[in-house]
Amino acid sequence: MSSLSLTLAVFCATVLVALPLRAMEVKTAVLRVDRVAGPPISRLDAPPADLGFAGGMLGNEDNRTTGQFTGMDYTLKTQAVAPEQAAAALDALKAEGIGLIAVIAEGDILKTLSDKAGPEVLLLNAGARDEMLRDGDCRANVLHVSPSRSMLSDSVVQFLMWKRWSRILLIHGSHPEDKLLADSYRKSAAKFGAEIVEEREFVDTGGARRTDTGHVMVQRQIPVFTQDAEDYDVIIAADEAGVFAPYLPYHTWDPKPVAGSAGLRAASWHAAHEAWGATQFQRRFEKLTRRNMREEDYQAWLAMRVIGEAVTQSGKADPASVRAYALSEDFELAAFKGQKLTFRPWNGQMRQPILLTDGRVTVSVSPQDGYLHQHSPLDTLGIDAPETACHAFGG
Amino acid sequence: MLRSVLVLLPAVLMFAGPAEANKVFVTNERSNNVTVLDSQSWEVIATFPAGNRPRGITISPDGKELYVCASDDDTVRVFDPETYKELHTLPSGPDPELFALDPSGNPLYVANEDDNLVTVVDVKTRQVLAEVPVGVEPEGVAVSPDAKTIINTSETTNMAHFINASTYEIVHNVRVDQRPRYAEFTADGKKLYVSSEIGGTVSVIDLSAGEPAIAKKISFAVPGIQPEWLQPVGIKATKDGSRIFVALGPANRVAVIDAARDEVIDYLLVGQRVWQMAFTPGEEFLITTNGNSNDVSIIDVKEETVIRSVQVGEQPWGVVVAPN
Repeated sequence: MSSLSLTLAVFCATVLVALPLRAMEVKTAVLRVDRVAGPPISRLDAPPADLGFAGGMLGNEDNRTTGQFTGMDYTLKTQAVAPEQAAAALDALKAEGIGLIAVIAEGDILKTLSDKAGPEVLLLNAGARDEMLRDGDCRANVLHVSPSRSMLSDSVVQFLMWKRWSRILLIHGSHPEDKLLADSYRKSAAKFGAEIVEEREFVDTGGARRTDTGHVMVQRQIPVFTQDAEDYDVIIAADEAGVFAPYLPYHTWDPKPVAGSAGLRAASWHAAHEAWGATQFQRRFEKLTRRNMREEDYQAWLAMRVIGEAVTQSGKADPASVRAYALSEDFELAAFKGQKLTFRPWNGQMRQPILLTDGRVTVSVSPQDGYLHQHSPLDTLGIDAPETACHAFGG
Repeated sequence: MLRSVLVLLPAVLMFAGPAEANKVFVTNERSNNVTVLDSQSWEVIATFPAGNRPRGITISPDGKELYVCASDDDTVRVFDPETYKELHTLPSGPDPELFALDPSGNPLYVANEDDNLVTVVDVKTRQVLAEVPVGVEPEGVAVSPDAKTIINTSETTNMAHFINASTYEIVHNVRVDQRPRYAEFTADGKKLYVSSEIGGTVSVIDLSAGEPAIAKKISFAVPGIQPEWLQPVGIKATKDGSRIFVALGPANRVAVIDAARDEVIDYLLVGQRVWQMAFTPGEEFLITTNGNSNDVSIIDVKEETVIRSVQVGEQPWGVVVAPN
């Protein structure tokens, strides 16, 4: 395009913005599929009823404010269903003409939904961490705003290497998702040159997770469980099921730090994060919801903002156009993480910095300094293009 | 050749005389104070407390009132630039960060990030005159040289909003790249520069045709620096319209732009996380705040070189120079 026609194109876009238009309707939804789970170890972690929905609502508000100036009317429907109702809920949303849907669900459910949805729907994964959904089981109608397990485990191990804590005692749980997470840590360790000196499995024997004066038992059990390990610098806990990891800090036999599922945790978001203008964002959320923002909320907000940016910039609101714009080189999103977020075109995963938090403050943000990449340092986190087994994106 | 020397000579003479010493006020976001420098000796002559998390700073045209956004106090604090005593506060709404003063000295336009508003404050009566709804997270504010238009940039909506300064209505919205931070008019009011921190560009908006239109987007490239760290923030334009200076945040550089072509001609190495900038009144010097190295860099504007750096408080953020 010549510079004159470029200028004209930009000029026309500007005029469009200035003129009042008949509102273009952009219908979105956040669909949350809740599996019955026991209470978390810490009552502070109990999920609020509007988990994820609140983030989606803030994203929709943001889009609506912008839409006032661009002549676009955004609507959001939020819905929580049990796993057996998920497929019917998707059908009902489609019947209402909603084709842009953020999904907060476990990986197997999301996969089923994506196979059912068809190419006329765009799903934005705002929950599942599963690697396979970004790899061999990737689907063309799913974009992942949630980071994958490997992005999170790579973030932790990069930081440990920066600290020169390279000898790891890996303690994983006995649930399938714990084993997937442990596998992700093994790969991260191999990728960045850390050594897993020993592995132990914490077997979930069932029973109540919280009991009165349960800490007395924990104080006796965990030291014994972590006794006589090979010499290590740091424990990594792989406990996605949430059975034991929070009990590790302070109770380990050796006075060593804990990372992974407790201690230093990798997260897409944390309510204490303040850098890069996040304070105002946190406050807008708290004003709307009267609670702190969780990862699912941030991810649902991201999903809505991806839709909003793609619609604003492309001027089109159909799922195929939103998908095409999001995956194009023109797409970029500011999301309070200090640099633009973009999508990996080979598997639809959003590139993003990962926060490392102790639960109170932001300890660090990965990628760490010095981890370089020919395309983007963000691609040092998670599956990179040469390794991908995803072919649904034309790769 | 002879003629060009003759043309240059008066200009050289003008700058050759000793520049007047002015006070330079720097807000230190972390140490909660303002550092005062002398623009001739570049010595620190005073430090005074300025409330919690002082960021945006400006001064009245007569030099009698110094305005500081005390972000964590949710107020604008007004100081006497001679005694450094706090005179009073102004209503600003929560977490004020940046503002702009009308060229006449009144009113003050404050970006109110939490409520998606630009608050118009009468600095004499200390009353809120108007609240203008804008896009999500309003940040940068600028007033046109003719004082007829207020510009506000909204960081999440990614627009420059053009607000009529008498009706307080939005008359134009221009889309720019991600996270617009700062807006700066040229002295003739014909161009507006808007920095997009995350987008990594400066949009040049042509105002000469009436309807504002993006004429160009300026990108940056520095060998050895990751493109994502080239984050334009503060902008300053020389009065003669020849040069635009752009602070590039974590790239630790100030870009020098030839405003005739709107092309980058040089990058000046300054301190770490360079944020905002201010000229001395005669534009002999440009002072930059460097948030992560706790200093300010002094740029010789004519030579386009950094002549020195001066330690200030912790995490310097904003800067303003007292008028002559």
